[in-house]
Amino acid sequence: MAQPLLEIRDLTVGFDTDRGWIVPVRNVSFCIYPGQTAALVGESGCGKSVTALSILRLIAEPPGRILSGQVLMEGRDLLALPETQMRSVRGKDIAMIFQEPMTSLNPVFTIGDQIMEAILLHQHVTAREARDIAERSLYDVGIADPGRRLNEYPHQMSGGMRQRVMIAMALSCKPKLLIADEPTTALDVTIQAQILELLRKLQRQANMAMLLITHDLGVVAENADVVGVMYASRIVEYATVEDLFDRPAHPYTEGLFRSVPKLGNLAERLATIPGTVPNPAHFPSGCKFHPRCHRMEGDAKCGQIEPSLREVAGSHWAACHHVPNHASSPETSPRLDHRREVVAMATEDLGADVLPSAKEYRP
Amino acid sequence: MSDSGTSSVAAVEYAGSRQGRAGEPLVKVEDLRTWFPIRRGVFSQTVGHVKAVDGVSFTVQESKTLGLVGESGCGKTTVGRSILRLIPATSGKVHYRGDDLFAMPSGELRRMRRHMQIIFQDPVSSLNPRMTVGNIIGEPIVVHGIAKGKAKDELVASLLERVGLDPSYAVRYPHEFSGGQRQRIGIARALALSPDFIVCDEPVSALDVSIQSQILNLLDDLQKERKIAYLFIAHNLAVVEHCSDEVAVMYLGRIVEKATAEDLYANPKHPYTVSLLSAVPEPNPRPARKRIVLKGEVPSPSNPPTGCAFHPRCALTRLKAGVASAAETMEVRSGSECFRVLSKCVQEVPPLTEKAGAAGHVAACWVAK
Repeated sequence: MAQPLLEIRDLTVGFDTDRGWIVPVRNVSFCIYPGQTAALVGESGCGKSVTALSILRLIAEPPGRILSGQVLMEGRDLLALPETQMRSVRGKDIAMIFQEPMTSLNPVFTIGDQIMEAILLHQHVTAREARDIAERSLYDVGIADPGRRLNEYPHQMSGGMRQRVMIAMALSCKPKLLIADEPTTALDVTIQAQILELLRKLQRQANMAMLLITHDLGVVAENADVVGVMYASRIVEYATVEDLFDRPAHPYTEGLFRSVPKLGNLAERLATIPGTVPNPAHFPSGCKFHPRCHRMEGDAKCGQIEPSLREVAGSHWAACHHVPNHASSPETSPRLDHRREVVAMATEDLGADVLPSAKEYRP
Repeated sequence: MSDSGTSSVAAVEYAGSRQGRAGEPLVKVEDLRTWFPIRRGVFSQTVGHVKAVDGVSFTVQESKTLGLVGESGCGKTTVGRSILRLIPATSGKVHYRGDDLFAMPSGELRRMRRHMQIIFQDPVSSLNPRMTVGNIIGEPIVVHGIAKGKAKDELVASLLERVGLDPSYAVRYPHEFSGGQRQRIGIARALALSPDFIVCDEPVSALDVSIQSQILNLLDDLQKERKIAYLFIAHNLAVVEHCSDEVAVMYLGRIVEKATAEDLYANPKHPYTVSLLSAVPEPNPRPARKRIVLKGEVPSPSNPPTGCAFHPRCALTRLKAGVASAAETMEVRSGSECFRVLSKCVQEVPPLTEKAGAAGHVAACWVAK
């Protein structure tokens, strides 16, 4: 197998609060290969965003601190780099887009200024060339009339447009890895479909890897190659997307799948997971899911010993004392290609071409 | 939850006109319009209107759920609030058991309010942080003179128990609770007056996935137990399908399609509904569905497109224009694009008409059969 692009080993992140140390990320390890999309799924407070921010060392220190672990980008430990070198990684090798396109753009600078800032910082180009690159990248994300848009301010654009600008900015320096933290959560479904389609297309063109952070299982199923499910600071299950959806091994994953209403499924009642997501300040002992778990059946071990991730089938890991016997899954390895091509629409290709092709572009 | 909890609430039999005329819908909305003026200049002259709701009609039957879906800015929340007169409507009529709410004097309206409640989206901002949970739930009970003192406290305790919270929580403040628990408090407050109609405005969209299903099941149980009718406003199509008997799809202030939940999802007619349904990501790594990616964004309701408001994004009219004679089509511009559509779609507003298939399936489209 190829060398992983990014490898996270045993990452633990803590925050020093008034009520003592809380540890929202504990012993998290996973890899992302070039061109691959890895997803982290979980509910609020499970540590998925903190994991993403730690990769770029964007955690405010203090109160936060990376307590242990390594983040290897092509073999280089980002956590050990001096700040000056780290600055050349951010935006150039690894770019990030955030959930809230409203607050992540600076309201007093034009779109053009903000995109060009990153280009001028990381590429040896003149201002004139930077402007051309910025215009081109706006065009690539499907913004009509990019030359005029460069002079506009964020408030003149809609939410979907701003998210496109964020993507254009992130991709303007051709990063090897894009971290997308809930990129479509603030958007409507039709705009969400446009943005995800756009990300897939741009990813294919540049063979870029993506770390997708989301709580939406539908978005995961349609976009990810491998998935890590996070619960209460740890990865509790890690598998290829097919394996995870076909044979969830952890009771939390199982419960999550069953409790989401699905289109076309007219079941009378939804299955639920009892209880609530635990607060990072008071995690339960042993397996952190045990107070809500249906598999435990009075086993004292669950309340005392925290299970570690173990391989339950080929390339499928779960952290549970009671994994049912898995039908051994077929040989699967994290897929590098992108299976989900743009699906041609029912009424031919009228709506599917959300973007003009690159060939048509004449500045 | 416990039986004793429910019976003590039921024991407080509220007086009032709970009996409607037979066969009449519980709530009937006719041609509701809510326009917000756009004011400009030194004298704040009205230069135009944002037509947030522009001619919406529907009925809600007793102990049934009508789902209202649409994207942000389509007017679904304004509909919910206008019905309860929380926002003044511009024109139209709303009947509750035959009584015209818009013609009602304010004193009488206040008495009617006990039958109609609302659950808000944001469980953080909709609860007063300076009031205890007991006071939040107890206030409407006192205001409407249903109970006070110890009887009120008992009622609050049984309501808390019914929504799955410990009765001892009545002395705590909202900030001590998680999002899901706060939404339960909001539901308890809405239930306090034993309403028979509740507007649920995005009741689960701010909640975590594993908590959503708990709240949806609770709403479902309460409906069966107490015969409450819901107007369920949400943007999540799967959630609306799950809990609605009937579903109406809104686009730019108008209902573009309405049918039973089963029929709408199995057999959508309006091209907007079709693309909306196809845009929902499916929790299945091998999707069987075809996807229609809509171009562009929802136009501004202050300056909606002429004719059918959906025509600049509609694939169906373009497809039909391709095979129609030149006289029937015209060229339109949308953004940087130029394309041909049917003239009728640009010039005339399509009415809601019955379409082929199940009875009562209406859609506002010139092309769809």
